[in-house]
Amino acid sequence: MEEQKKEQEVSLKHLDSNGRFAGTRRRWFGVIGGAAGAAALAACGADQTATPRTAPAPTSGAASTQAAAAIPGSGSIAGPYPGEAKQLTGAGATFPAALYSKWFTEYHRLTGVQVNYQSIGSGGGIKSISDKTVDFGATDGPMTNEQLSATKGGDIFHIPTALGAVVATYNIPEVPASTKLRLSPETLAAIFLGEITKWSDPKLKADNSGVNLPDKDIVVVHRSDGSGTTYIFTDYLSSVSPTWKEKVGFATSVNWPKGLGGKGNEGVAGEVKQNPYSIGYVELIYALQNKLGVAQIKNKDGQFVDPNLETVTEAAAGVASTIAPDLRASIVNAAGPESYPISGFTWILAYKNMAEEPKAIALSRMLWWATHDGQKFNGDLGYAPLPLEIIKRGEEKIKGILVNGKPAFPNK
Amino acid sequence: MASPPSRTSSAQTARSAPYNHDNPSDPPDFGTGGTVSLRWGDFLFQTSSVAAAASILVVLAALFVLLVVDSRESLVRYGIAFATSSVWDNVKEQFGALPYIYGTLVTSAVALVLAGPIAVGAALYVAEYAPAWIRTPVSFTIELLAAIPSIIYGLWGFFVLTPVMRTTVEPALQRIFGPIPVVGILFQGAPIGKDLLTGGVILAIMIVPTIMAISREVILAVPPAQREGMLALGATRWESLRHAVLPYARAGIAGAAILGLARALGETMAVTMVIGNSSRAITGSLFTPGYTMASAIANQFTEADTAIYFSAIVEVALVLLLVSIAVNIVARLLVWQIGRGDPAALGGVLV
Repeated sequence: MEEQKKEQEVSLKHLDSNGRFAGTRRRWFGVIGGAAGAAALAACGADQTATPRTAPAPTSGAASTQAAAAIPGSGSIAGPYPGEAKQLTGAGATFPAALYSKWFTEYHRLTGVQVNYQSIGSGGGIKSISDKTVDFGATDGPMTNEQLSATKGGDIFHIPTALGAVVATYNIPEVPASTKLRLSPETLAAIFLGEITKWSDPKLKADNSGVNLPDKDIVVVHRSDGSGTTYIFTDYLSSVSPTWKEKVGFATSVNWPKGLGGKGNEGVAGEVKQNPYSIGYVELIYALQNKLGVAQIKNKDGQFVDPNLETVTEAAAGVASTIAPDLRASIVNAAGPESYPISGFTWILAYKNMAEEPKAIALSRMLWWATHDGQKFNGDLGYAPLPLEIIKRGEEKIKGILVNGKPAFPNK
Repeated sequence: MASPPSRTSSAQTARSAPYNHDNPSDPPDFGTGGTVSLRWGDFLFQTSSVAAAASILVVLAALFVLLVVDSRESLVRYGIAFATSSVWDNVKEQFGALPYIYGTLVTSAVALVLAGPIAVGAALYVAEYAPAWIRTPVSFTIELLAAIPSIIYGLWGFFVLTPVMRTTVEPALQRIFGPIPVVGILFQGAPIGKDLLTGGVILAIMIVPTIMAISREVILAVPPAQREGMLALGATRWESLRHAVLPYARAGIAGAAILGLARALGETMAVTMVIGNSSRAITGSLFTPGYTMASAIANQFTEADTAIYFSAIVEVALVLLLVSIAVNIVARLLVWQIGRGDPAALGGVLV
């Protein structure tokens, strides 16, 4: 018993030390402290071998596991529910496909509900849900007002499921792997605009004192295919550079002022690897898995921040208090000393008013599970988990899914 | 198919005695009501073969109609500017496909220029010079090359060809041809390996087997009397090839080149991995990253989330279809011209 209490303390300290849920904890402790304590006590009292669903088995992603354990509302879905549909279909973004695949396997094991997800791209996801050919859609870029007004089934909810981030990866032979290139928003935008053309540019040197930056032309690499990664990256550049916003703008694919196009994360990473003195951008997960050299980016608070799961979650927590009611929020260039600025949500799209009760029940339960219990899988797969504030906002949407005018979610 | 009379057994001959094999207008009697069933069969066969032939036209027409319908929005909004503007910007909703059209035509032309002589040379060697024990394995290997999926060429191009192009081939070309006026324009700019030239080279490698295999068949089909006639006049082997075999095979070789060109125009995956996928303003240099119509469609189709963007992508497909048809018509006319015209007039150019 003593030992386990210590463990609990350690875990809370851990949260503090990496700064990830520091704010969260402060805000939530009063409210959920009691509940968490009770859960901890329950866990203590329970047999060591019995693993309650709220306390997942320890995994390599220790931090995210702890975070998931702290999500109030997880564990409420513990098995099949009478009258729910046994099959759901969804389509959309490719970025969260690995996570969704893991979620839906686990969810099938738990409830027997089979969720079919086709990663056809965000554009396809928006089109499919608008045409009502699927039960839910998924996208990395929020739907536009125009798109929302053109759906066949009325209002659509954006429910955040995970966080993604985009990192700048580079190949400068003179810069050793141990040294991290530092980029400020202005220089990053200028490089991709073609205004800064050499690595030895004074602006780059100013941010990287002591780094041997060669007098070589910068080779810019971007995505050739439409992608949520490009959406987040160009959304960021638009928010930090008026020139970028005016000249290029942001979308899943844009008219690049400069550079080579690579297909997919692997295409961009391959180009960067092959071309000395190049710079490109890839999904955070991809960079982590492939141990690519990534740049630190200067955030809104003026700090150079490493991209990792913690700094990404921090960025989402930083905007939680000001997020739009419909959750179509951009979190690029978020405030907070530890916020990594090139981050974004990925959403599941669901209709507010559903016609078929079995589908509505199944979908709302699946979404609840995914945004609560499911979050513990995020870290291991390289997706940053949602901060508690955002989960709470998502809950309102899930509870707001109606069938014949009545809430569909059965609360368990 | 009726078997030749010599092989027919005496019993069969006896039964089908009234049937005259040499007279097609005399239908065989297969028993009671045989004539009626034959007419039915005839009718069915004719109808089904007409339907088979018509279905190709119907599919082509359906394809065309679908592309026009789905690209209507873009067709109406941009008109002819779609094919003449070089700005492709879905944020500002400006769509001009000229860089894609240019990239497709340039890479295909480079491919044909590089692959044509190599493929015909290889075909001549295999058909005319190679001993039998070499001919079969070489032909087999080349046909195998034609069966390799294009993504494999693409991966090879990405990992092997582009670094070689960037570090060795392109700097060398620049040194040799750069200072020459006019031709030098093709080789300006920093060599990065991912450009129109590399796209053309990978296409050339892919269409060599197609052109070579067909050319070989065409050359083998030249009647021996042609060669023997020349040799009898005291011509050398080269002279007999040059003046007897090649003029005879010209139309077929040109046809082979068309098939190769058709493959080059529509090739998607391999090109997209080496061409740089950038629709910047058109320059004369082959060392600029480019984009082809097929790779633009493949890259952008899935995330074309607005109606006008989707419509513009479909219009690119429509343009690609039209360009392919146009190139094929021009090439067919050329073949027809070669087939009929004075050998001396066009022979020297194409053979």
